[in-house]
Amino acid sequence: MNAVEVENLTKNYRGNPRAAVDGISFEVRHGEVFGMLGPNGAGKTTTVGVLTTRVRPSGGRVVVEGLDVLREATRARQVLAVVPQRTNLDRSLSIRQVLQCHAAYHAVPRAERRRRADELLERMGLADRAGDRTDRLSGGQAQRVMIARALMHEPRVLFLDEPSGGLDPQSRLFVHERIAELRERGVTVVLTTHQMDEAAKLCDRVAILDHGKVLALDTPGALVRELPGSNTLTLALDSAEGAAAAALAAVETVERVEELPGGRVRLYTSHDPGEVLPTVVKALAGHDLTLAGVEFARLGLEDVFLRLTGRELR
Amino acid sequence: MTTIDEARAATPRPPVARSFAAILTRDLVVTWRELPAFLTQVVLQPLFILFVFGTVLGDLGYVGGDFGAVLLPGVIALNAFIGGLQNTALPLTLDFSYSREIEDRLLAPLPIWLVAVEKMLFGTVRGLLAGAVMIPLGLLVLPGTEIALASVPPALLVMALGAFVGSAIGMTLGTAVSPRGINTVFAMVLTPLMFTGATQFPWPQLERLPWFQVVCALNPLTYVSEAMRAVMVPQIPHLAFWLCLLVMAVAGAGFAVAGALGFGRRALD
Repeated sequence: MNAVEVENLTKNYRGNPRAAVDGISFEVRHGEVFGMLGPNGAGKTTTVGVLTTRVRPSGGRVVVEGLDVLREATRARQVLAVVPQRTNLDRSLSIRQVLQCHAAYHAVPRAERRRRADELLERMGLADRAGDRTDRLSGGQAQRVMIARALMHEPRVLFLDEPSGGLDPQSRLFVHERIAELRERGVTVVLTTHQMDEAAKLCDRVAILDHGKVLALDTPGALVRELPGSNTLTLALDSAEGAAAAALAAVETVERVEELPGGRVRLYTSHDPGEVLPTVVKALAGHDLTLAGVEFARLGLEDVFLRLTGRELR
Repeated sequence: MTTIDEARAATPRPPVARSFAAILTRDLVVTWRELPAFLTQVVLQPLFILFVFGTVLGDLGYVGGDFGAVLLPGVIALNAFIGGLQNTALPLTLDFSYSREIEDRLLAPLPIWLVAVEKMLFGTVRGLLAGAVMIPLGLLVLPGTEIALASVPPALLVMALGAFVGSAIGMTLGTAVSPRGINTVFAMVLTPLMFTGATQFPWPQLERLPWFQVVCALNPLTYVSEAMRAVMVPQIPHLAFWLCLLVMAVAGAGFAVAGALGFGRRALD
């Protein structure tokens, strides 16, 4: 059994003819960190909403820890937890009370509630602020409280919607470390993000979503490897523009040539750059072009993402 | 792959009753901590109504000396009813638009409709408090008025029922209206409700204004006011007590179902 199974999920909101989620399917294995990567409006938050029993699917089947989230919503809420994008902390309570009340809603016995709250306050670096009201917290602190709250009933699957949106680098790093720690403890984590480095760093597997569809799903490494021409060579040339591009396009191992400003040319190849370079130098020599500098790079998840979802703004 | 049944067995039965109790406890504890502010909120307006209409106008001779006896039960009923209505509708609109605090409750292991029931029950408690606190205050402001000690327990029952009806109407309104429209709707609904609810006059004596009598008969608050008079000042003409209880029960149940359905629609996208 997988931790999460989504089969042909669709969601149409009333008054919007375009489906927010348009027949997506994927599985999340036990204990993995699964990322949903996509631009704004791709359907990530809606998908998390359905998975966490807050959004009614229009079609398809969604199962969390073997429980159908539509028919077994109440039961499913016992095994899952959510850290939402926007803070929804109870402003009438202190941080400690937020944690203990949440555990009480989940019927955790009183002594156990205290013990877990103490432990999580410590782990989340909140111990010295336990008595503070939640309405005066910074974004990073609120995020940490919400993660602590989500863990109070020891969920088996944790959903994080944009876990580091709007956080400063320190808070972001702290959240990343806590997610890595959860993975070690065997908690399944499903997160949404539009930050490539975050997905590449944290996730075992990533699904790239856009317009309510899954465009690609694999490990971050494999997604990059499968991208045609995922290695680049950027050449600096002492020559007139235009001439080089034609010469280099003829090289068999080069998949794409892109002219850059300042007489530079970028080559995309799936081959090892060291293997490609001699042929490139030879081709240049044949056209009386001199190489002034060369730089190797590997494409990242961001390039995969842009290739799949396009460059236009949302 | 494991079947759904096996997964069910692996997950314990949802602790619905304990979850419900915990949610209610949270609301009660927060109210208790903010009790002075809450009482100030609910007490001031009725206090001034009693003072101006009961004491001042009585002293000036514009209203009869026993008008206080008509007014006090009506104002208590009004305060319980409106207290229930406002304390359910207003926090709800905030919760569903701006603060989203309720999401934590919506993710608790109990059916969504029970969260709605908890909110109505809690609104009822706040309405009951708002009504009950008016008994001693009313006697203080209206020196000539007396109520029998034996009438207090049934009066509390009427207040609870009235607060529940108000709370159920509040749930229906609060979930039917968009957060942006709530101020307008409140202004449009509250004032007519307050002045057609037989609060300031006994309903049976409206015989000379039959059209207004019909309008008042459509307002659930009328039955709360009349029941309160039946209990506290039975010498003043009033509707039959059993009829009032029946109308309150039916209206309360009807609005509670409508409210819970509305809550479900707002809670789930």
